[in-house]
Amino acid sequence: MSDATDIHGGGGARVSGLADLRATGPQGMIVLRGDLADPGLRTAVGAVYAAAWPGAHGVSFAPPRGLCWMSPDEMLLLGPKDAVADDLAQLTAALGDQHALAVDVSDARCAFALSGPAAREVLAKLTPADLSPQAFGPGRIRRSRLAQVPAAFWMAEDGTTIHIVVFRSVAQYAWDLLVGATDPKAPVGLRQG
Amino acid sequence: MLTLRCPVCGIDADETELSPGGEAHLTRFGPDASDDDFHDYLFTRENPRGVHFERWRHSYGCGKWFHAARCTVTLEVFGTYSAQTTEPPAGIRAVIAEKRPGWSWRGLS
Ligand SMILES: [Zn+2]
Repeated sequence: MSDATDIHGGGGARVSGLADLRATGPQGMIVLRGDLADPGLRTAVGAVYAAAWPGAHGVSFAPPRGLCWMSPDEMLLLGPKDAVADDLAQLTAALGDQHALAVDVSDARCAFALSGPAAREVLAKLTPADLSPQAFGPGRIRRSRLAQVPAAFWMAEDGTTIHIVVFRSVAQYAWDLLVGATDPKAPVGLRQG
Repeated sequence: MLTLRCPVCGIDADETELSPGGEAHLTRFGPDASDDDFHDYLFTRENPRGVHFERWRHSYGCGKWFHAARCTVTLEVFGTYSAQTTEPPAGIRAVIAEKRPGWSWRGLS
């Protein structure tokens, strides 16, 4: 078992079972609140983030940065942790006096990754969200819950890696849930192929 | 278990991803109201056997409030709609009228 430091700090905690679970470490995260349908807001984000504008329930990446659609008025902006201050300053300048709010929330969240062919059914033990390939294909993001805590998760382009973001205050709880769900003695067996 | 489609973000949300907000379309009686009106606003609810309008919040998702029309007997969901309205929209009423002939609510049908 990993200890809390591995999960919260530099990351690197890793557990392998039905799927491969990793604490992916420091991740720059800026939450942007505003009307995502507003072209002005889109232009301001485009000035800092090269990724294509994601549609509803979508994510879009231009490494090392990315955009995650969180709701019609919220976008999560990902980037290198050590570049967050600069990214935020540029974004704030680009937004000017537009009606929007951008805040660095990097230290308020933790990021995990779950990968392998059984990643879907491991995560599906913990959430009511529809994780079928039809509903949750590559590039799709879903906000839901993992047992008793909120979480957001998206499917990477490879179709087998699910990235998970939870509040830091409940990261240990979420990690322990995921460790339990990957236990090799608890397969689900719904996976096809 | 209820599944309601959030009209704000379009997700088919499980009941456990939502927070219940009680009966919809209440008229708020404030400080200048009579005691009876204020009492009814606080405590009197329709509690129908059948068609019911409720407020829900997509709390584990987009975070927004919305309205739902459903049957308290069968749990059938007639539809969900914006919270920015004081009465069920015509489209929702048409669905209910078709499935529950003779139904009416506050003079609407
Ligand atoms: Zn929603």
